[in-house]
Order: sequence, then C-alpha cells, then structure tokens
Amino acid sequence: MSESNESLEAFRAEARAWLDENFPKSIAGRGAELVSGEFVDANANSDLKLWVERLGNKGWGTPTWPSEYGGGGLSQLEAEVLKKEMSAAGAFNPLIVMAGMGITMVGPTILEYGTEAQKQKHIPPICRADVFWALGYSEPNAGSDLASLQCKAEDKGDHWLVNGQKTWTSGADHAQWIGCLVRTDFDAPKRDGISFLILDMDQPGIETRPIQLIGGASPFCETFFNDAVADKSEVLGELNAGWTVGKRLLQHERQSQTAAGATIGGGFKKSIQELAEEYVGRDPQGRIADGDLRARIADHLMKAKAQRLTIERITAEARGNAKVSAAASILKNAASAITQEKAELTLEIMGNSGIGWEGEGFDEAELAAVRGWLGSKANSIYGGSYEIQNNIIAKNILGLPENTQRG
Amino acid sequence: MAALTEEQELLKNQAKNWANEEAPVSKFREMRDSGNEFGFDKATWSAIGEMGWAGVLVPEEFGGVDMGHLTFGVILEELGRQLTASPLLSSGLVGANALVLAGTDEQKKTWLPKIGDSSAVVTLAVDEGPRHAPANTVLAAVASGDGFKLNGQKTHVLEGLSADAFVVAARTSGSAGDADGISLFLVEGTSKGISRSRLQTADSRGYASVTFDDVEVDGGALMGTLGQAGETLDALLDRARAGMAAEMLGVAAQCFDMTLDYLKNRVQFGQVIGSFQALGHRAAILFTEMEMARSCVEAALQAIDNDADDVASLCSLAKCQAGTFLTHVSNEMIQIHGGIGVTDEFDAGLYLKRARAAEATWGNHSMHRDRFASLNGL
Repeated sequence: MSESNESLEAFRAEARAWLDENFPKSIAGRGAELVSGEFVDANANSDLKLWVERLGNKGWGTPTWPSEYGGGGLSQLEAEVLKKEMSAAGAFNPLIVMAGMGITMVGPTILEYGTEAQKQKHIPPICRADVFWALGYSEPNAGSDLASLQCKAEDKGDHWLVNGQKTWTSGADHAQWIGCLVRTDFDAPKRDGISFLILDMDQPGIETRPIQLIGGASPFCETFFNDAVADKSEVLGELNAGWTVGKRLLQHERQSQTAAGATIGGGFKKSIQELAEEYVGRDPQGRIADGDLRARIADHLMKAKAQRLTIERITAEARGNAKVSAAASILKNAASAITQEKAELTLEIMGNSGIGWEGEGFDEAELAAVRGWLGSKANSIYGGSYEIQNNIIAKNILGLPENTQRG
Repeated sequence: MAALTEEQELLKNQAKNWANEEAPVSKFREMRDSGNEFGFDKATWSAIGEMGWAGVLVPEEFGGVDMGHLTFGVILEELGRQLTASPLLSSGLVGANALVLAGTDEQKKTWLPKIGDSSAVVTLAVDEGPRHAPANTVLAAVASGDGFKLNGQKTHVLEGLSADAFVVAARTSGSAGDADGISLFLVEGTSKGISRSRLQTADSRGYASVTFDDVEVDGGALMGTLGQAGETLDALLDRARAGMAAEMLGVAAQCFDMTLDYLKNRVQFGQVIGSFQALGHRAAILFTEMEMARSCVEAALQAIDNDADDVASLCSLAKCQAGTFLTHVSNEMIQIHGGIGVTDEFDAGLYLKRARAAEATWGNHSMHRDRFASLNGL
C-alpha cells in the first residue's frame, strides 16, 4: 500500500490534535520512570490512569494491530508518525509496561498463530493493558539449552494437566496469564515434543516465588505448576510445534528493540555528556578533563549512534513492511552491549558517588545509576544470551554449519 | 536515514559485476608486480571513465550526471572489494568537490569536464607531516605581482605522481596551528618549480611527495576567499573521508566474505572449521560490526547529499567506524586463514596493506574519535 505524503500529513494533524486533547500534560516526560519501575502503578497517579484508559480505548498503545481486535489499525508509516508526535508532546506508551509481555511478545505471536477464538479472547484486553502477561520459558535445568525443558502437559480429555517448574518468569506474581513452553509429546526428540500453552494464573495449581536480583529488585519469579490446568483450546499454534511458535515470539522480543517495534519512549534524562561535565569538569580548552575517559565516552557514543543508524537503516530497507527481521539478533547484541557500557561509564563518571546503595550521601540519580548498572547485567542474558544470539547469527544469517557437539 | 534506491542498487550490482570481470584483485596484483609507478593501471582508469563513473559528482552543466555521494559511494564500495586502484576517489570525488565547493567559474569550466570524463586527474595536496592536521599547514603562498608564489612540501598526496592539477592548501597568513589564514590554490602539475617523488607504500597505491619551489601562479589560481579556506577545506575533507570510508567498507566486506567462505570450506578435525563455536562467534561479531559500519557510512554520504547539519560528526563517525572495523576484519582474516594468510601468494596481505594505508589517510580513527568528541559536547 502506498501512502501519499498528504494522507500522512493529515494523519499527523489528527494525531497531534488527539494527543493535545487526551494526553495529560502533568505526566509529560515521565516515561523513563516507567522503565525503572518508579511509576508503574497506574492507580497511584490518576492522570496516568486516565492516560492508560484513553490510549487503550483508542488502540494506539498497539497502533499497528488490527482494529477489529482493539488495535489502532494504523500502517507502519502512520505508526512512526504517531511515535514522533508522542515524543514531541512528551507522551509515552505505558501500556507496554502494564501489559507485561503482552504487547511486545505475546500479542504479535497470537495475532500470527492464534485461532480466531484466541484472538477474540486475548487480544482486546492486551490492547487496553487490562491484563499482565508472563512467559514461562526457562527452567532450572533448561536455560540456553531451552529445548531440554521438562515441564509437562498431559492431555486429560477436556483439559491439560501441567506439572513442573519455570524460572525467570517476569512479573508472574502479578500476572493474569502466562504463556508456557511445555512438553506435550514425551517420546519425540527434544524440540519436536514441545507446545506453547496458555494458562490462567488465577488457580491453586500455580505458585510463584519472586527472585531477588543483584540490584535488589525482584522482576522475575520462580513459578511452580502442581496439577495446574489449562483449557484444551489454549494451545497456541499446532500441537507439538511450540518450538517454532516460541522462537518466533523471541524474535518479536528482539524486534521490539527496533524503530518499528514497540517502545515506551518519552524519557528526559541527563545525557552522558552532561553527567561528564558535572562530575569530571572541563579543561581550559573546554574538553572533558579526563582524556582517557573522554575518549572512551566518545567511543561509546559512536557505537550508540551506529546502533541507532542501523535500526533506521534496517527499518528503511524493510520499506514499511514490518516483518520480523533476521537482523534482530544483531541489534539485540549491540543494544545490550551499549546499555551495559553506558551503565559502567556512568558509574565511572560519578566516581565515589557512583557506588551508593541507599540512604544518605547519594542523590536519587546516583542510587538509580548503581541499580541500573546491576540491572543491565541481565540484558545480555535474557531473551537468548549474547552467546545464543551469536549462534543464531552464525547459523541463520551466515549459514555456518551447526557443530554436532552443540546439540 | 533512507535505504538505497532501486537505481543505486542497480548501479551497485553493475559496479560489482564490472569489478569482478574487468578489475578483479588479480589485476591489482599484476599492477603491483609490474612495478607500475603510478599505482594504477591506465587502461582500467580509462574503462572507468568510459562508464561515466568519474562524472557522478560533476554537475550536469559541466558534463557530469550529479547523482550524489551515496551513489558515488556504492561504486567506491564495490571497487574497494577488488582493491581496484584508480584516481576515482582522489579526482572524481575529492578533485570534483574542491571545484564544486570553491572553484571559480573559469576553473570549473576548465577542469570539471575533464575530471568527469577521466581525461584529467585533479587531486588534493594537504598533509605535510606524518599526522593528518590541516591546521598545521605551513606551505607558504606569498603575494607576488598579480599572483602568488608557493614554497613548501606536501606529502602523502594520493595520485600525486599522475595528477594533472593539485588543489593545494597553503598558508597566506598566521602560523602553523591557526585554522585561519589557509587558502586553497588550483595549481597545474606542469607548473615550473613542482617536483614529485613517488612514495613506495606498502599498499602499492599512487602516493607521492610534491615539492613546491618558487611555484608562481596567477591570481586566478585562488579558490574561494583568501585566508578563509578553513571551513571549505573541512567540508572538502569530510567528503573525502566519507568516500574513503565507503571504499574501506567494500575492502572490509570482501575480507569478511573471503573469511566466511574459508570457514565454510576449510576442513580440520573431520569437519568444516566454521562449525566450531569459537570461530562461528568471531564471524558473528564481525558481521555485527559490519552492519553497524555500513549504517555509519551510508548515513554520512546521505548527510552530505542532504546538506544536513551533522555532516562533520557523521563523516568522522563513518571514517572512524569503517576504520576500526576494517582493521579488525583484515587482521581476523589473516588469523583465521592461518598459514596461507601470511603468504604473498594469497590475497589477504593485499587487503591488510590497503586497510592500513586507508586508515592513515585523511585522519585515522583516533583523530576522528577526538573530533567526534569535540563535535558532540565532550
């Protein structure tokens, strides 16, 4: 579908007017706080709650999803216009956080593999962020070697009976739904006996226990299934084809790191240049006073710029076609490395002020930087570790043969 | 940033096919082995001229096609893959841009048509020492009669031996280190007092030192405003750097492809070595770096074409990122090929040498990182 500039400009005016009328100015620019978790409870701020409702009802939290299921029904180009207009207004998309894994991963996968009934049932509540979705992939003995997972679902005629344990289930302690990879064929080879099963978290057979991470937060849980049940209609995709469905879902996760993907946006934080000026100072020539640190910050900024340009380029090369790109693994690895490097550099810039844990003597930004540094360590582990992404690049993009020892 | 247009993709394919068939790396090797002092094969250069590639940046009124730097970049990239040596970059991009940015009407009329049809080579003479630092220019141009008298030495002049004319950065006031007081002159290669000596560089390209000994030029040789060439020279050098980055990207992409090919075919321990994770991951990392470098190069070329505000920052980014990636991939190519990689018979060494020379030309990666830092609030 080709769109004239005229119709895009008309849409821009429409989006601008709608945002002007509906986005509460009191929360402008506070998107970044959602990511850090300081602002996640919509009920605690009536304007944020209002914004969540309005954005959800308009469908613009999921702008490119079909309107028949509650999405915005916009084209990719319109969605990019919307994103720019939101950014200009200091607006952001809180639904992405509030739906858990619903918007970034589960929703796109249900839209691709779900039955009509599954779409009708699950997509509209995700669009309004009425539900929080968790994912059950990893197990204590199935991390990078995910296909060795053991959590099993038995066919009991009118329902599935699920037993086993999942770990690293994000937000499972307050999720309404969980999408799990479970073993449904116990005799098939590793990858062939797995299905993607959707379970209602509100049942006695499921228990969750938060895992405290090195940064102090507990965004993930261990989740235990003891005779948990799932409806027979809740297998997503073909029975025993869960490996394919589950892999696809992870591609959507990586894709969410691209410009075409879902992002929260709308954060105004200090730039690394401003931090360096504040903590390190400048020499008489106006350069950041620590020459070695200055060079490494510059190196970091160049890599970050290269990453952003690559997202732009890949998006442009897709020519408005939002297909999940093979480049997702490249972007994921680059993004996690850049995020971690920025976190390290930020603490280095802060020096003695960059080691605070809590209490007096450190300001909020300094404490947040330390927590953020620790939190960033997970970036290269979840969603397929750095090493797994390199396996994917080597095999799927470069066509290198798989080593038989790799399994 | 935008994707390549269909037209650019077509041209890229055309350039790739031409280089593969007419100017493969074996031709470059023949040129090197023949001891060709100019550092390029004249017949290859004529063939490039016949295809009109030297006129891609020349305005239509002077016989060119004025298709922009991104378009020129795809050609440089594809020729870079085969190490095709020619004055396409030094004259078709740098010489042409010098005239477009600062040339008088008379200079444009005289030289642009010849650059465009490759019948003349116009190159930039800027560096005077081992480090690329244009503000340190000391070659002096002193007013003399209606014109100027030039005294000093330029080094590392690309295609300096074959050039028909030089765009010379000269000091007309101030002293070394001052950005102000630099002027550009267009000096014919046959002028009395010019002597050239070939620099035999590891990459076998046509670098030369050029000495100016009481070289007299008339007032019409001045390009732009007297003493105010600093900004123009920056803009010109940025275009040169972006073009060199495009060529380096092609050199690097070929290093990568050759290495990947080897990983898929070399058998040890009963299996192709690309199945070993230690090597597969190195290939994956190189590929990731290549994608990032490509984005920087294309963004810089597009920024030039769009006359964007951040041209300088993006050109430094492109030269720096292309340079670090090329250094990395050319070294990995040697290491992964093992023993054959260090033999002269195999092509890896030719790529390694080109990589080193290109890295040093018009600012190495540390110079550009420093410049990027200053341009970005550090």
